[in-house]
Amino acid sequence: MRILKDRLAKRTMLVLTAVPTFLVLLILIGLFIRARPILAQKPFFSLFFSSAWSPLKGDFGLLPFIMGTLWVTFVSLVLAVPISLLTAVYLSEYAPLSVREFTKPIIDLLAGLPSVIYGVWGVLLVVPLVGRVIAPLFGVTSSGYTILAGGIVLAIMIFPTIISVSLEVFSSIPYPMREASLSLGATKWETVHHVVLKKGLQGIIAAIVLGLSRAFGETMAVLMVVGNIPRLPGSVFDGGYPLPALIANNYGEMMSVPLYDAALMLAAAVLLLVVLFFNVLARLILVRVERRAA
Amino acid sequence: MSHPSSLHWLRRRKLKEGIFRVLMAASVLVVIGCLALIMGTIIWKGLPAMNLSMITQTPKGGYYLGREGGILNAIVGSLYLASGATVLAILFSLPVVLYINVYAQKRSRLASLTRFSLDVLWGIPSIVYGAFGFIIMIFFGLRSSLLAGILAVGLLEFPIMSRAADEVIRMVPNELLEASYSLGATRLETALKVVVRQCLPGLLTAVLIAFGRGIGDAASVLFTAGFTDRIPTSLFQPAATLPLAIFFQLGTPFPEVQQRAYASAAILTVLILVISLLARGLGKRYTRHIIK
Amino acid sequence: METRTHISVQDLSVYFDELRVLTDISIDIPDHKITVIIGPSGCGKTTLLKSLNRLLDPLDGVRVGGRVLVDGIDIYDPRTEVTEVRKKMGLLSQRPQVLPMSIYDNVAYGPRIHNHIDKKRLGEIVEHYLHMAGLWEEVKDRLGEPASRLSVGQQQRLCLARGLAVGPEIILGDEPTSALDPQSSQNVERRLIELKEEYTVIVVTHILRQAKRIADYIAFLYLGELVEHGPAAEVFANPKNPRTRAYLTGEIS
Repeated sequence: MRILKDRLAKRTMLVLTAVPTFLVLLILIGLFIRARPILAQKPFFSLFFSSAWSPLKGDFGLLPFIMGTLWVTFVSLVLAVPISLLTAVYLSEYAPLSVREFTKPIIDLLAGLPSVIYGVWGVLLVVPLVGRVIAPLFGVTSSGYTILAGGIVLAIMIFPTIISVSLEVFSSIPYPMREASLSLGATKWETVHHVVLKKGLQGIIAAIVLGLSRAFGETMAVLMVVGNIPRLPGSVFDGGYPLPALIANNYGEMMSVPLYDAALMLAAAVLLLVVLFFNVLARLILVRVERRAA
Repeated sequence: MSHPSSLHWLRRRKLKEGIFRVLMAASVLVVIGCLALIMGTIIWKGLPAMNLSMITQTPKGGYYLGREGGILNAIVGSLYLASGATVLAILFSLPVVLYINVYAQKRSRLASLTRFSLDVLWGIPSIVYGAFGFIIMIFFGLRSSLLAGILAVGLLEFPIMSRAADEVIRMVPNELLEASYSLGATRLETALKVVVRQCLPGLLTAVLIAFGRGIGDAASVLFTAGFTDRIPTSLFQPAATLPLAIFFQLGTPFPEVQQRAYASAAILTVLILVISLLARGLGKRYTRHIIK
Repeated sequence: METRTHISVQDLSVYFDELRVLTDISIDIPDHKITVIIGPSGCGKTTLLKSLNRLLDPLDGVRVGGRVLVDGIDIYDPRTEVTEVRKKMGLLSQRPQVLPMSIYDNVAYGPRIHNHIDKKRLGEIVEHYLHMAGLWEEVKDRLGEPASRLSVGQQQRLCLARGLAVGPEIILGDEPTSALDPQSSQNVERRLIELKEEYTVIVVTHILRQAKRIADYIAFLYLGELVEHGPAAEVFANPKNPRTRAYLTGEIS
């Protein structure tokens, strides 16, 4: 009886274990099936390389949204990468134990804050900062609801991702390798530069790519501060309209306009494909890094 | 060792070291400062607008124009939704994690592939889970409801919980499993009685992390859970959620209502803070049954 | 033959948090000799070695008391430049730790960070020290390859060349042959014996026979205390302390 139970449990668990792997595929297939009507009717070019967006007229050019996403993601990376990497290096190589213990929960909390909170904060602080301080500094008038505001909020949201993955990568580098460099009379920074960063390069790239894909798919926080103007952005002080925001903003009316729902599902599918690509890439690198360390 | 050119060189090297130390310290301060700034702003803006009726009443007529009421509907809705989603996620996570750690070899291909897939799932944006939830909803002819929201958020929580639980269970020494087998226990008994008990605090932490993520996510419930001023009484009714309540209140043109959005944000932040403190506390303190 | 003291350790104590790992060690280490530190594992040999070039500094919760004089200068004096201290000593660790770069760059690493040197001169330095470590013939055609592709024995000799290229006066070896096969071990031992003509050599080992083969001076550590030290021949033939005798006869290990 016990053995029977054990066997039964084994079967059930095995089936469930297949879930994660197939879920990824299932989501992708589901989205594409729902997006098929628009793929069948509209030429590929007019969907991805046209900036004409007026669903009522049947124009579904996704280019402004794709560009919006790229701009916001790019700005966030420019801001987040140096700060996150320097923080990770400090925590892994320089900080005394007490500082590390103090910082860890802070980074965890930063990762755990809901995006809507980031959004509210962005509206309260970042948008006015951009509109009243930064833009005038560059001689631009701006409402503050801009690519830059989105990028700043996003940057903070991806700090934890880049920091914690980098920390893991650094800790997989054997300590005696640092000692070898130090014992040759290298300073700490020289050791970090030539040994830690060099040895960890692949892992750092993976960390950045994971941050990038997080930024790519982030919805609510960006949506609340980025302005949501369906036009090709020309500078960081323009408003933008990233893909996730497009999907989130129009869920209400999408069923009443023909092809609108298919267009949004296509947007979701594109988003998923891009994120999947970056994620798989980063995870493959990390698996390799981990295996080499073991 | 100290002729002038080499001394000069050494000074340059030390300068470089100094510059990078300053940059690093500044970066750490920025990161810590951001959290402090976010928490500070939300609490500072939220507290003045807070009052008891916010958390004890549902919206009365004209609430979104600035009249009477509170967001009890959203608080309860979020708790219902996140609880349901967490239960759903546990039902899927626990077997998967136990299977790859107890039944399959910890380093087997199946285990690696599963971990890999979970990591990839983790990276999928919540808006995509929302869209997928929406597709499922249509497929089964459901309307936006508590149930559909639970499905979408459950999917979102599943990889988070699984990976967190896996980290814990992976640490169980093989010797412990072997000791259990040698006493004649089946693998199922070992998994449930030895592994789960050994890891209970860690597993609870994993559950809380996933719960926290579920309660705070907005993009996945946008399509699926709907929004209503009433507290849902069945799985098939739509449910309001706290993040969306914040979003909608902030979106109104009325300053009084926006104030309430800040107060709601403060409530959500405190909720998340409590959950994450609880998760940390559990991870540290409740270690009675743990064999190190 | 007259011997000069190169390193003088005076009342050195090392604590890891509250735990005392080394207790009041005092020893003079002579110039141009091989001093071998022996003792059972976990007795503080490696800690003693690392205290000589301040590699303990970056570790959390380590405190060092007492003085270590190198050429009469206290290396724990706050005014002493730690990179200069370390530059004076080359370290060979238990497992060879090649840096994540090419064979050439490994040897060039030290000279590059310490001085501004032109390319031609650097090439000569690299070749010279690879010769000295007995590795030149094996690697001269593959200097650009990653150092990690070398065999473990070759890697350890590369580490030796890398250490020598900085221009040290002292070679520290932390069980430098423990990861090597017998032939590579012999190779490294032979290099060390050659090197004492020009360098002061300090080696930690738990292999008694190795100590007998290479040591001029012996220091026996037991549970963090320096039990006995002196010329190798004397200590091996006629240990004064009963614990040394017990260790040498294999009663304690």
